[in-house]
Amino acid sequence: MKGFNKKSIIAIAALIAAYIIGQVLISNGIIDSYIQLNMIIIGINIILAVSLNLITGFTGQFTLGHAAFMAIGAYVSAIFTAKLGQPFIVAIIAAGIAAAVAGIIIGIPTLRLKGDYLAIATLGFGEIVRILALNIDYIGGAIGFNDIPQYTNWTWLFVITVITVLLISNFIKSYHGRACISIRENEIAAEAMGINTTYYKVLAFAIGAFFAGIAGALYANYFYFIKPDSFGFMKSIDILVIVVFGGMGSITGSIVGAIVLSVISSFLQSIPDLRMVIYAVILFLIMVYKPTGLMGKSEFKIFKKGVKGNVSSKG
Amino acid sequence: MSVLKVSNLSRAFGGIKAVTDVSLNVEEGEIIGLIGPNGAGKTTFFNLLTGIYTPTEGEIEYDLNSKVTSKDFKPHKMTGFGVARTFQNIRLFQNMTVLENVLIGFHNGMNYSVASSFFRLPSFYKEEEETHDKALKLLEKFNLIDKKDAFARNLAYGDQRRLEIARALAANPKLLLLDEPAAGMNPKETAELTELIKWIRKTFDLTIILIEHDMSLVMNICERLFVFDYGHLIASGLPDEIQKNERVIKAYLGEDAN
Amino acid sequence: MEQIIQQLINGVSLGSIYALIALGYTMVYGILSLINFAHGEIYMIGAFVGYALTTFLGLGFIPSLLISMLVCSILGMIIEKIAYKPMRNSTRIAILITAISVSLFLQYTMVYFVGPETRTFPQVLESQRLNLFNGNVILDTKNIYIFLITVILMITLQFVVKKTKVGKAMRAVSLDKDAAELMGINVNKIISYTFAMGSALAGAAGVLVGIYYNTINPLMGAGPGLKAFVAAVLGGIGLIPGAVFGGFFLGITETLVSAFGGSVYKDAVAFAILIVILLVKPTGLLGKNLKEKV
Repeated sequence: MKGFNKKSIIAIAALIAAYIIGQVLISNGIIDSYIQLNMIIIGINIILAVSLNLITGFTGQFTLGHAAFMAIGAYVSAIFTAKLGQPFIVAIIAAGIAAAVAGIIIGIPTLRLKGDYLAIATLGFGEIVRILALNIDYIGGAIGFNDIPQYTNWTWLFVITVITVLLISNFIKSYHGRACISIRENEIAAEAMGINTTYYKVLAFAIGAFFAGIAGALYANYFYFIKPDSFGFMKSIDILVIVVFGGMGSITGSIVGAIVLSVISSFLQSIPDLRMVIYAVILFLIMVYKPTGLMGKSEFKIFKKGVKGNVSSKG
Repeated sequence: MSVLKVSNLSRAFGGIKAVTDVSLNVEEGEIIGLIGPNGAGKTTFFNLLTGIYTPTEGEIEYDLNSKVTSKDFKPHKMTGFGVARTFQNIRLFQNMTVLENVLIGFHNGMNYSVASSFFRLPSFYKEEEETHDKALKLLEKFNLIDKKDAFARNLAYGDQRRLEIARALAANPKLLLLDEPAAGMNPKETAELTELIKWIRKTFDLTIILIEHDMSLVMNICERLFVFDYGHLIASGLPDEIQKNERVIKAYLGEDAN
Repeated sequence: MEQIIQQLINGVSLGSIYALIALGYTMVYGILSLINFAHGEIYMIGAFVGYALTTFLGLGFIPSLLISMLVCSILGMIIEKIAYKPMRNSTRIAILITAISVSLFLQYTMVYFVGPETRTFPQVLESQRLNLFNGNVILDTKNIYIFLITVILMITLQFVVKKTKVGKAMRAVSLDKDAAELMGINVNKIISYTFAMGSALAGAAGVLVGIYYNTINPLMGAGPGLKAFVAAVLGGIGLIPGAVFGGFFLGITETLVSAFGGSVYKDAVAFAILIVILLVKPTGLLGKNLKEKV
């Protein structure tokens, strides 16, 4: 199997080690519930950022409604686990599929729009989802959805985060992914080279929405309780900030960005009065001094494995 | 055998007719030059040929891979019909490498599914390797192999033009449309480009239509010329005939030329 | 019938406020292609300045309105100089996030200093209720004041943009910054003026909203800010008549939806209209369609 070269084996070993260390530390109580909470948040943010990066960073479609997909996933998972008593894995898959379907439905008409106009339309879509959730009594309306079983733990989080990152980076390094990037680079040329740009934009949107929905499921089934206002415009912005901070079009950037920003935001919790003011200043400084993000479009070398390397070393 | 048949083609924008009642034929294997003053409708004509604009009236018919008419044109379907093009203002994928740019050209030739790309099924490895080999061979032919990992935006201007042509050829076209390939080139580069185009036709066995203002290039390689002026096809024929054609001279130099 | 007239009256008042805020969005977008998300916060600060002047200094309506507009225009220029000018060559997304950071900064700085609670805006305009149609329709004099002030400000703006040298320079800069600069226009100064004018209008809207709804709070900018932005896009962002039209259109639609459909869905309807219009005519109802040249 070409998939299992030396680098992949090291990477897999490192991942397993990371998982076991995490699990041991948690069961020994060295990682307390507060740190564990932050680890869960980081994992969810990684999934959200990587999935948005596929849409905005790689395919170049500027959207401001990513939190809506998370909301759809969170509510679907809550319904499946709390109301229908389904196992978590079923709820997760249902959450992903529901969000992806929403992504396709909203994507087909709106992805014809470009630049700011697409951003505005998706912002509107996000607000509509939030307002609808506020007014549906079955899912708790403005009061929120209570008593969701807590299924999300370190194992679920770790496995799903790794799978998300792996699948999305595999996708990006395929001809489908190249097609997406070419749309970002020059839509007219991409079309002239035979790429069905509408198809690939909707595809990227659906994949991104799918994983955002799964992130929503993890979120809902960790915090017992969800309410529509947790998934508003500012949540979409938070995800976008991680992507931009990490570097548009860099998966590693999104991971590092999610970790750094989640940690910063967790430290800021201790000064509630000035938390948002400082957050705003940090955002501003990042944009002024590092507008291309930590990683630009590049990846860490250890993550650069796969076809491109294989073939060029052969040829 | 005629590979392209244009009949009574018109395209209007608002009230302005950019292309008016153009009819022409192109035979297999020809190198055709499309000339005319700025604003004559040449690029609009190219955009009609590649499905970017739909005709207001008239029809375009290709007989390359199969018979298709302009009713079925969509920009992304053209490579499938056997038509590839370059652009007047180079449109490379700037932040992708030279190799990746050419790989995009091979897009239509690839078939493995989205699932295969997610899970790296055997079809992924097989097709990616084959395509990489083909892409590298193509880059070798275009002397771009040393720069395969450079970003397209970092290439010298002449290299960018050549890469755009290489990318178009990767789509395995039977008809290649070049929009001002020599624009911005110095005489030495233009001479090299002339040789390159001749070599392309021979090696890849295709028909070429090019828009060009550089008469040294046009007169050197084009077997037939079509002259546009104010959206009309005002003359067509061998380069020698066109050089002597009075309407063409008028179009270029104005009414008082003689 | 009476109810429709009543709702139209309310809609026009709400629409006036949206239109005033939308003008600032549209002017800044027209000149910098920047969605100035901090604009809603300028409007909020305008309301607070008006509140402070009337409550603590006991100033009357007109002086408070003018001073509030002045303070907001200075604030707008400062924001532009500090936050947006260094970003002028950055990517769209980076500039947008900068704008959001400014917006958050203003919101939460205000929360820090004045507290998050809602305050009651003093009644500086005497409110007289006129009964029309046998008392079935109530026209408050406040509605008339708000509408009149909006119209006066818009006519002034239209005059400045169409008839003065600064206005001509603004239009030139919005069409082509480089060419305008080569023609001797001080582009930085014109951008400053644009922010000043847009922010002054937002300041006026803030005071008017205080009078109309009687309550203000530091987070009040986010909702109407977003809504006014929707209004600007509906009419055609970058176009001054578009912002006015969009503002009134949205205000009236919203009040009619609240009255006949249920107020909980009024925001959803606003955004749904936005999406439909973007799909049918992306450049807005009054906008011209532009296509990338190949």
